[in-house]
Amino acid sequence: MSIELRFTRSYPGFALEAELVLPGRGVSALFGPSGSGKTTLLRCIAGLEKAGGGRLVVNGEVWQDGDFFLPVHRRALGYVFQEASLFPHLTVAGNLDYGKKRSAGDVPDLRAILDMLGIAHLLQRKPDRLSGGERQRVAIARALLTAPKLLLMDEPLAALDSQRKREILPYLERLHDSLAIPILYVSHAADEVARLADHLVLLEQGRVLASGPLAETLARIDLPTAADEDAAIVIEATVAGHDEAYHLTRLDFPGGIIWVTRRDLEIGRKARLRVLARDVSIALSEDAGSSILNRLSACVRAVVDTDNPAQVMVQLDVGDTAMLARITRRSRDQLGLVPNMRVWAQIKSVSLFL
Amino acid sequence: MFLNDGDIQAMFLTVKLATVVTVILLFIGTPIAWWLARTRSPWKRPISAVVTLPMVLPPTVLGFYLLVLMGPQGPLGRLTEALGLGLLPFTFTGLVVASIFYSLPFAVQPLQQAFDAIGERPLEVAATLRASPLDTFFSVVLPLARPGFTTAAVMSFAHTVGEFGVVLMIGGNIPGKTRVLSVQIYDHVEALEFAQGHWLAGGLLLFSFCVLLLLYRNNPLGAAERRT
Amino acid sequence: MLFTRSMGMNVKFKGVKAWAATILLLATGTAGADEVQVAAAANFTEPMKKIAAEFEKTSGHKVALTFGSTGKFYAQIKAGAPFEVLLAADNETPAKLEGEGAAAKGSRFTYAIGKLVLWSAKEAIVDDKGDVLKRGGFDHLALANPKLAPYGAAAVETLKALGVYDTIAPKIVQGENIAQTYQFVSTGNALLGFVALSQVLGEDGKLKSGSAWIVPEKLYSPIRQDAVLLSKGKDKAAALALLKFLRGSYAIGVVKSYGYSVGQ
Repeated sequence: MSIELRFTRSYPGFALEAELVLPGRGVSALFGPSGSGKTTLLRCIAGLEKAGGGRLVVNGEVWQDGDFFLPVHRRALGYVFQEASLFPHLTVAGNLDYGKKRSAGDVPDLRAILDMLGIAHLLQRKPDRLSGGERQRVAIARALLTAPKLLLMDEPLAALDSQRKREILPYLERLHDSLAIPILYVSHAADEVARLADHLVLLEQGRVLASGPLAETLARIDLPTAADEDAAIVIEATVAGHDEAYHLTRLDFPGGIIWVTRRDLEIGRKARLRVLARDVSIALSEDAGSSILNRLSACVRAVVDTDNPAQVMVQLDVGDTAMLARITRRSRDQLGLVPNMRVWAQIKSVSLFL
Repeated sequence: MFLNDGDIQAMFLTVKLATVVTVILLFIGTPIAWWLARTRSPWKRPISAVVTLPMVLPPTVLGFYLLVLMGPQGPLGRLTEALGLGLLPFTFTGLVVASIFYSLPFAVQPLQQAFDAIGERPLEVAATLRASPLDTFFSVVLPLARPGFTTAAVMSFAHTVGEFGVVLMIGGNIPGKTRVLSVQIYDHVEALEFAQGHWLAGGLLLFSFCVLLLLYRNNPLGAAERRT
Repeated sequence: MLFTRSMGMNVKFKGVKAWAATILLLATGTAGADEVQVAAAANFTEPMKKIAAEFEKTSGHKVALTFGSTGKFYAQIKAGAPFEVLLAADNETPAKLEGEGAAAKGSRFTYAIGKLVLWSAKEAIVDDKGDVLKRGGFDHLALANPKLAPYGAAAVETLKALGVYDTIAPKIVQGENIAQTYQFVSTGNALLGFVALSQVLGEDGKLKSGSAWIVPEKLYSPIRQDAVLLSKGKDKAAALALLKFLRGSYAIGVVKSYGYSVGQ
């Protein structure tokens, strides 16, 4: 089960050259700065851009190969556009029905999708009577109701303000958990990617810089993601217990444990943690005198310079989990950090995604 | 009542002509406007210019060239004769053909603008929802371009009702066949029969006003803008 | 006239010469150099240009010519248009203007009498007796709108006099004026039609093309084209001089050469 693709396409001042194999399920994020070719790649996959001589195989179905080109409307895909793209002349129900009645596939249960996206009460409204977030939820539902074998999402949150984003993100996470089909998710927002993606494709100027599992790829120190101010890694953890006395929740991951403020979570539940490199500091010994709660034993894997002459990036192995720490160059020299050194990573804060 | 039988005959003929021309123009104008709105062909500008030409050409000039074109020596005349249709000038069919040429920009331009305003996105959305291009045209483009169709129909109709120079040139002013209202009014005025001229002109004005009012009430101007 | 929507055209020809003449006259102190505003029937365009040129040369006056339909001129004159002389395409309009006080009493005269011709752009269609009208064998017969154009009225009179009006009536197509009627016939859309002789004669006074029958004058009432001095030109020497020049031998010669006749 996989998505294989190869596209080359030139435009004035821009060329796309991508060859990828993506997982056949879960969320793959196409990540990169604007102008990196994310959207173009997504449009090529949809067939909205006619990339001559390309190749695209989705879970065994050939959609495009050499001269063979399956037109967009014959590809079993769902596409969610960046801005609201509902048909203004149809109600929500009419919009949902539009794709549903044209789909040849096993259309999923309408009720379940309405509930999942929380739009059951909007059916009779016209799109101009919906908020931005509601519109995108309807657009997602409409795409899902065509029984797609691949869901393509082009920065579905980019046109929304942060409040609407917060409103819709939980729905996207639910999508991630409940859908058996692969999702390709274009984004230039690192936090969205950290939250939703399983697989990360890094694009720059129309080329693929890296493609791999999210945690592994984010922890790579050789990629531009590591040089970013907001460089971060993600950790897949499990809810292990609660400390009722101190009002804390314990999360286990391969390499250690992390404590967070008490959350009402079921024991054994999976949770994703995001740790910003600038929130990790390094000590040579376990500093019992520190107020920092999360201190993990680690081993220095590599130290590299960053764009900022005052700072360096340190890659750490915490058990089987790779982490990044951004520290000053001066601290590096004072601590004498070199690869394979045993140190303690102190984590000032984490974000918890469910 | 000041209207004579000839006036009433001319009125019915005019409505018949305008209706036939409007219907045909919507059928012809739609693919032309669609092509013009969507194409990136280098032919877009020349074709656009040709379609717009009747707007700038004086009607008598257009009428004269159509007369030549449809005449026994003209290519169109030879074609219709070869097809056994005879010559078109001085027939109702000839009037219809001439009026179609004359009113074409009034149908094509509002349609093209409406199609332009829809943009690429709804078509792409429809394609990702499994709609074939033809399906998309009927299920998305037509409903979204409805104000454009209304405008095109109103303009074509009104322009055909009001057209004079071309009709005069092609029609030969035959009562019941090609003598339409505008010609009848002109004849009244030229013959200094102002009373009858006023009645007819006033009636035409009132009729046109009512048609426009009715259509605009059902289809407020600017609906297309508000949608986007 | 064909390509103008308003059927009006202001021809100030030989402007340079006229100016030169005016300046010369002013310099030499000759009095009475003046401009006259003339509205002339469209069918009289060519002869009038010739006549006016000669008039300017000999009199030193300047002539501003506007050609168009007589009906429109009538409406414009009633609305205060600055014309001083009208050369109409009929004799009714000048009489009407005179009766209404818009023209000088007693100034009317016939400057030309139009001749009706049955013409086809094709050779050997029209015989020299007009028998083609009785024979038939054509789909359309073009004539000018009899309600508006004197040539049209004359054509209907002719058809009636020949006793063929009722059989031919369904084949009649009407031009709004004789210019349009001429186009119907010249493009072949109407095989034949009644037009003005002046339209089908060449410079040499012979038929330009096709076949024609000059309709005998006894078959229709004369198509009198009258000139009249309008109120605005009453006291203008140039206007009076031009009207006088129109009755002179030079003008009569030109009028005849274009296929018109002149009254006694």
